[in-house]
Amino acid sequence: MSGAPDAMLAVREEGGARILALAGRVDTVAAERLWTRLVEEARAGRGGVELDLSAVTAVDTTGAALLLAAEAAAPGARITGARPPVAAVLDRVRAALAAPGPVAEPRPPLLRRVDAWGIGLFRAARDALGFVGEALVVLGATLIRPGRLRGRELLRHLDEAGTRAFPLTLLLGTLMGVILAFQSAIPLRRFGAEVFVPNLVGISLLRELGPLMAGVVLAGRTGSAYAAELGTMTVNEEVAALRIMGIDPMALLVLPRILAGLIVMPVLSLLLSLAGLLGMTFVMSIFGFPLVTVTQQLTQFVDLTDVLGGLVKAAAFGLAIGAIGCRAGLGAGRGPRAVGDAATSAVVGGIVAIIALDGVFAVLYERLGL
Amino acid sequence: MSEAIIEVRDLAVRFGSSTIFQGVSFDVRAGEIFVVLGGSGSGKSTLLKVMISLTPPAAGHVRLLGTDVWGSEGAARLALLKRIGVMWQAGALFGSLTLQENVEMPLAEHTSLSPRARAEVARAKLGLVGLSAAARKLPSEISGGMLKRAGIARALALDPPLLFLDEPSAGLDPITSAGLDALIRDLSRSLGTTFVVVTHELASILEIGDRCIMLDAKAKGIIAEGDPRRLGEESAHPTVRAFFHRQAA
Repeated sequence: MSGAPDAMLAVREEGGARILALAGRVDTVAAERLWTRLVEEARAGRGGVELDLSAVTAVDTTGAALLLAAEAAAPGARITGARPPVAAVLDRVRAALAAPGPVAEPRPPLLRRVDAWGIGLFRAARDALGFVGEALVVLGATLIRPGRLRGRELLRHLDEAGTRAFPLTLLLGTLMGVILAFQSAIPLRRFGAEVFVPNLVGISLLRELGPLMAGVVLAGRTGSAYAAELGTMTVNEEVAALRIMGIDPMALLVLPRILAGLIVMPVLSLLLSLAGLLGMTFVMSIFGFPLVTVTQQLTQFVDLTDVLGGLVKAAAFGLAIGAIGCRAGLGAGRGPRAVGDAATSAVVGGIVAIIALDGVFAVLYERLGL
Repeated sequence: MSEAIIEVRDLAVRFGSSTIFQGVSFDVRAGEIFVVLGGSGSGKSTLLKVMISLTPPAAGHVRLLGTDVWGSEGAARLALLKRIGVMWQAGALFGSLTLQENVEMPLAEHTSLSPRARAEVARAKLGLVGLSAAARKLPSEISGGMLKRAGIARALALDPPLLFLDEPSAGLDPITSAGLDALIRDLSRSLGTTFVVVTHELASILEIGDRCIMLDAKAKGIIAEGDPRRLGEESAHPTVRAFFHRQAA
């Protein structure tokens, strides 16, 4: 294209008709320069327009599209003098442009759209419930016959969701403990009540923040990974292949992941809380409180119910995050966006779910008097 | 039909210690449909990737349209890339864009055409491959044959003088595949575009190929070169004869 002679446009009037004479190669490069001008010139011709191509040596499809756009801009315009190879390309592109375009689907009325939206929401809720039910059935069946569980798969997921998250959990826990102790020590000092910092930090970590923060770590690290892995398998039709081989994807793919979430979460939560307590102890020692004071406060005010309550909650969070991640992956659509969407909805859904569950547990524990 | 538009000399590709092929030399002349044949694992697709500068060769050189593919960079490389088009085996269309937007993308990136002109040009290209009605569909919403045709439409976006097609008819039914062959023939005749087609579909080879080379995994190189319609009879190589006569070698 480059280095070829330029397409030239000459305009002349002849017997009231406007003649647009082109010369040289009408290719993409020429079309870039000529498009606006040629179409304008053709549109301005009132008494008939003729596109004279006798000096045109070659056209490409973009050039042909330009010539035809100019022809269409002036009603009754004619193309003359095209050499056979030029005419052949023009004919081909003319036929291509004449093919009927996409049929726009009419927008349904508002009521119909609201209707469809409502039904979609209902179906999504029903599917989600169905997934939970299916997972519980498989879980129950595995409890009766543990041989169905793929031990190796479970170990892999325990490692990926658990042991590999330990460093991050420890770091977050320590920082949380330090920050909480520091922030609460300042207002408590005004009442001379700094000695109660361990009670405050201990209770809030073990009951609330430990499970919640561990849940956020699990949703971000593991829930998204479940969704991306299962989403890619769904897009590649591997899940469909499993189903047709008579292997239940629930038992093979979902169960080990959900179980891993269930088992790993209490561990992560406890680890995060203990690291937080260590961080708090460090801050207290800076304020001049010896280790013995801190442990005394803790053992007096924090009891086993607080610890166990937090662990039960964490296990429930782990189950929810694992299930939501797997469900997002298995429900992935087609195309490259689907996997990204699945990972996003796994993380968002996981975090929303643990906060909602946290509220449920708060009411439950209050009723039970824990 | 005389000047060599592609010049490949003594090309060798190795992955680790295993040699895929070596000593591969051939020319492709302007305006012809050049077919690269070979069984599975013979390195056809690898050869294509070396020619379009995706996989570096262990030895040898490739010149496309007078430019050394592996010696050029920056502006020279970009100028070359604008003059070649590639249809990928699975289409490689951008999944988040409609077919129309897929075809418009190279035009928007590399030309100064106005948005209206771009839309018109893209409409023409989609019409050329018979996909006018699917212009507003996403790649995930169309069939495999349509994906390949859309891939050709996108490769044609800048009207490159040289088009590479990787397995254009693999996985297509005979009718769609024949339609694609007719399209390639037409484009070659009316636009003078040079095609390099990598394929192992016998019917398609005989229909469109002007000249071909055949790669072989055991020989690690070219075992035949010439007119595909005569190779089956004229070649003395047993693998070439078996390929063209559909026998188990």
